[in-house]
Amino acid sequence: MDTAVTAKKKWWAGGYSPFNVSYGKLMMWYFLMSDAFTFGALLIAYGTIRFSSPSWPDPNEVFKSFPGMGHAELPLMFVSLMTFILIMSSVTMVLAVHAGHMRDKKAVAKWLMWTIVGGIAFLSCQAWEWTHLYHEGAWWGRNPFINVDGTQASTNFTNFFFTITGFHGLHVTSGVVLNIVILANVLKGTYEHRGHYEMVEKVGLYWHFVDLVWVFVFTCFYLL
Amino acid sequence: MEHTHTAAGHESAHSDSSTKSIWRTFWILLCITLVEVGLAFLHLEYGFLPRVMLNAIFIGLTLVKAFYIVAEFMHLGHEIKNLIMTILIPLLLFVWFIIAFLYEGDSWKNMRKDLKPGTPVETPKIGPAEKHH
Repeated sequence: MDTAVTAKKKWWAGGYSPFNVSYGKLMMWYFLMSDAFTFGALLIAYGTIRFSSPSWPDPNEVFKSFPGMGHAELPLMFVSLMTFILIMSSVTMVLAVHAGHMRDKKAVAKWLMWTIVGGIAFLSCQAWEWTHLYHEGAWWGRNPFINVDGTQASTNFTNFFFTITGFHGLHVTSGVVLNIVILANVLKGTYEHRGHYEMVEKVGLYWHFVDLVWVFVFTCFYLL
Repeated sequence: MEHTHTAAGHESAHSDSSTKSIWRTFWILLCITLVEVGLAFLHLEYGFLPRVMLNAIFIGLTLVKAFYIVAEFMHLGHEIKNLIMTILIPLLLFVWFIIAFLYEGDSWKNMRKDLKPGTPVETPKIGPAEKHH
């Protein structure tokens, strides 16, 4: 963001941030990096257990329902919708950050509102999916689905599914709460008064990270 | 830190081009997701592509999506090199992390298969060196 960025600038000579971002934004990046390791550890643990199992349930057999479609077999459709919702809410978040650069209070509020709507829509989808799976008999410690090779599956599959999507859902929930707090501040005029909308950028980073994690969860649980 | 907040004026000049790049990124992400879902369906219906190849494609496309989210949406691609490196270099630990753990899982599976009760034990041949004792 520095207008005087040149190749020869001495970034480590002191007097300014060697990362050319504010303290808060840098710390948000470090927090997200550590959170990436948390999710990475969970997903790699899942991969390890899956590699060590002779067989594993077929995701296309497990995740094939769609609300209001009865017993129609529609693998991947619902989770694609969830992915679309989350990508879309990421876009509205970038637009909110962009409006913040323009110091356009009304536009920031509008796009943040859509981001919150997207987040809540995603959480509702997840609530439906969890409820549906619960009624099919799946939960922590219970797995009604059989392996691809027809043998009885262990509960590893459901344990990892509910733990990892649950942990991600918890992140989405706190993201929605943060967005609501920031939206309240935008409406109150806090950032207009402060002269910049950097807080929107910081929660924006968090929100995109949640989308990023979902990209990996989507691949690991539904595609592979 | 006053210099980090002086950008408002000169960024408004790029208003159109940056909104355009946001939507371009959105379409890229959407198209990649549709390709992934499409490939998964082709595999389900017609057995298109062997499973191993399909998985490699899925992982590759996931990394492309991750790149676009981090570089464009999180704006990391437009930050200075110091910030990019301080975030990306620690993430290289994942390379070791993934290889080591998945290898471990695979070896675990093989050991459970080979050491299952009832598996015939291979008796080691007594070599000439053994006779001296």
